[in-house]
Amino acid sequence: MKSSRRRFLKLAGIAALGLGSRPVVDAAYAAVGGQAAPEPKVGRQPEALTAKQWAMVIDTRRFESAADMEPLIEACHSIHNVPHFENKRHEIKWIWETEYKHAFPGKENDFLPWEVKERPYLVLCNHCENPPCVRACPTKATFKNENGIVVMDFHRCIGCRFCMAACPFGSRSFNFRDPRPFVAETNKKFPTRMKGVVEKCNFCAERLAEGKMPACVEASDGALVFGDLYDPQSKVRQVLNDNYTIRRKQELGTSPAVYYIV
Amino acid sequence: MPTNNKRMYDKGMVLAGLVIFVVVVTFPFWYNLGKAAPPPEPVLTEKAKAAEKCVESTEFMKAEHMQLLDVWRDTVVRDAKRAYINPEGKTYMMSLSNTCLDCHDNKADFCDKCHNYASVRPYCWDCHIDNPKETE
Ligand code: SF4
Ligand code: SF4
Ligand code: SF4
Repeated sequence: MKSSRRRFLKLAGIAALGLGSRPVVDAAYAAVGGQAAPEPKVGRQPEALTAKQWAMVIDTRRFESAADMEPLIEACHSIHNVPHFENKRHEIKWIWETEYKHAFPGKENDFLPWEVKERPYLVLCNHCENPPCVRACPTKATFKNENGIVVMDFHRCIGCRFCMAACPFGSRSFNFRDPRPFVAETNKKFPTRMKGVVEKCNFCAERLAEGKMPACVEASDGALVFGDLYDPQSKVRQVLNDNYTIRRKQELGTSPAVYYIV
Repeated sequence: MPTNNKRMYDKGMVLAGLVIFVVVVTFPFWYNLGKAAPPPEPVLTEKAKAAEKCVESTEFMKAEHMQLLDVWRDTVVRDAKRAYINPEGKTYMMSLSNTCLDCHDNKADFCDKCHNYASVRPYCWDCHIDNPKETE
């Protein structure tokens, strides 16, 4: 086969022509009257709520005891099938109660008002604007979505727990055991998780998509305010404008989107 | 002249051994001959029958439902878009738990029938609860 190189070049030329001819063929097909099958489309439900960055303001003055927070925690944990483990080391939590010194370390001035120091504080994932958990995740299972929510794609999580090491707020929990038997009453409309997966608050992305406010906000009787941080007309901005607020560990630069009126 | 002295030693034993080997190796084939498991017939619920058409054509759903679900999952979780508008313009919420299983609330007689036949074990059910209406 002496001419093999020539033949190869010829063939390559014909192949390139073939590749380039796709639009021509398509156009000819359309001209003949053939029609490509209509394609399905995806989109947002019309009632979906969107934002540049969802944010929350918690009025801590409204919570005097753990009992005041219980309904909010219950609302979240029941609709999201968050398991309840007696063993503290297996604990899973999306939203929980903590003390001032743990919520705001570094802001413990001497002689703080007694009620500020002793009051319980409600904490959850801050949906940071500069989230270190997202950068740490090797699989992109944790990512910031277009509404500013730090979402977990449970399908992708490999349970490496880098995100837990990266989050300075302890907002994430790891499923050391199969959580299903520990969910008292499952909400069939929301999935559970499986063993070996990390989980945390999702700012109720599934409810916002249906035009509903997060469950904890709904159960808070106005103590929690939710809205778009970058919409000057939003309720969150009004509240931020009218009250002095603080954020958790602001000095770390993660820029939490959960604000506290103290 | 090369000697053409190719003698087979223990001819009888060798041939008998070969026959036994072939029989043993092909045993599963002729043993099961004509006894193929009947193809599964997934059961449609009344609601599914009444709907007449799934989100896409039956042929498409039979062959491609796994790809469809994969696209749904990524679009919902990662792109925050939950509405699926099929070629006829009908809108569905993209949700295994709340849309698929709303009609097909008989996982054992629908999903499992074919999955067991084809010996596939989708891990959807590790997290998604299989029957949304069980306690409603
Ligand atoms: S609070 Fe923790 S988990 Fe939530 S976004 Fe910030 S770093 Fe990530
Ligand atoms: S545990 Fe999951 S979410 Fe966290 S970093 Fe690893 S893969 Fe990402
Ligand atoms: S925003 Fe939703 S997921 Fe997050 S703590 Fe509140 S109820 Fe739970």
